[in-house]
Amino acid sequence: MAQHQVNYASTAGLPIALTSVDKLVNWGRSNSLWPLTYGLACCAIEMMASGASRYDFDRMGTIFRASPRQADVMILAGTLSKKHSEFARRLYDQMTEPKWVISMGSCANTGGMFNTYATVQGVDRIIPVDIYLPGCAPRPETLQYALMMLQKKIRRESADMKKNTKQDLTTQTGKKRTRLI
Amino acid sequence: MRKYVPKDNVQKKSYYTDRFHVVPRVPREKVEDEHFVSVVEALAGDVKESYIEIGQLVLHINPEDNFKVLKILKEECGYTQCSEQSAVDYLAKDNEFELFWQLLNITEAKRVRVVCRLANASAIESVEPLFKSANFAEREIFDMFGIKVNNHPFLKRILMPDDWEGNPLLKTYPLQGDEFASWYEVDKIFGKEYRDIIGPENRDPAKIDVEDTKRFSRVGYEVEFGADYSTEEKDIEYSETLLVNYNKKSSKQLDERR
Repeated sequence: MAQHQVNYASTAGLPIALTSVDKLVNWGRSNSLWPLTYGLACCAIEMMASGASRYDFDRMGTIFRASPRQADVMILAGTLSKKHSEFARRLYDQMTEPKWVISMGSCANTGGMFNTYATVQGVDRIIPVDIYLPGCAPRPETLQYALMMLQKKIRRESADMKKNTKQDLTTQTGKKRTRLI
Repeated sequence: MRKYVPKDNVQKKSYYTDRFHVVPRVPREKVEDEHFVSVVEALAGDVKESYIEIGQLVLHINPEDNFKVLKILKEECGYTQCSEQSAVDYLAKDNEFELFWQLLNITEAKRVRVVCRLANASAIESVEPLFKSANFAEREIFDMFGIKVNNHPFLKRILMPDDWEGNPLLKTYPLQGDEFASWYEVDKIFGKEYRDIIGPENRDPAKIDVEDTKRFSRVGYEVEFGADYSTEEKDIEYSETLLVNYNKKSSKQLDERR
């Protein structure tokens, strides 16, 4: 039978693991990142591939959710048109805190090759971004790597979201800095 | 398309003029095909000009006759499908649009293009009662060119947002958008007062903001993430091993030749 059975009665013999609250909370947060099922363009195909069996996001605790209320990561995968920007922002607002954003691919990062009147020139104009993932389109491994980077970032953060540095939407440096999160 | 070369330099103008270049044109042939002859005869007086281009009949009509002509083509000549309908902006040249309808006769396997010239700021009659595909096509014409379509069941923008200003397919519309377009998403989501905070669009993909310590790493002068650099009046200290400082006065200038 059990050789290493803990004797609960003796000493202060409870099975105790010492840690900080931050680490405990971040362990929970970072290992169950649920992204929103939200594809904008061809990058979404790569995102779907990352979620499917070959690359298998599920093994990292990453399961796509079809509702923004259940999701805590928004992967902006593809070209964001100006007409759609309003709805992307609304989905972001509907997500509950804490929430993180991955900007996937050139189009989401900077507008990419769509240097036109109808495309948002970088989603960070309307949504604060945590991870910028380059590529056109990024391979599924890259998206996995971005997610692992995000996990790393979360593990560094404080459990109190107010203390964390959130990327603000200001492009100009200097005096004016207003948080638009 | 040939490569575009700027031709403003007067001194080099002679190099730019290609004397032997002939603009490629599709040859226009006379209407001899039996079926097409019968089509032109059925339309009788409504056709101003007719010819064959790449095996397709082209018919020039007056803009006010468009419904009548297309009705005859559909009901008498068997052109039951309107596969494409759009406009071309000739405002700068002639102050008018060119509108065209591309029709297909499935039984004869023949195509006809009906073309008309529409003066600026005038409306065209809808052909939606004849071809259901015209519904979206005419909405697109309205959206992209601002051409009004009379008697259309639901004339509303189709591609651009409803509150958009300007018609993007006009040749006068800038490719990267006008003032309204460049602030559209900021105005709509945050409001006009946030323009200063968010800043103008960055159309230069290679732009590096030296003072932005969150998005750009400062090679040779690394600072903490998000550190405010703007208050410090300090030049970048270049790393000797990584970068060469060309501003550094290491050379010696001789006064006279040795």
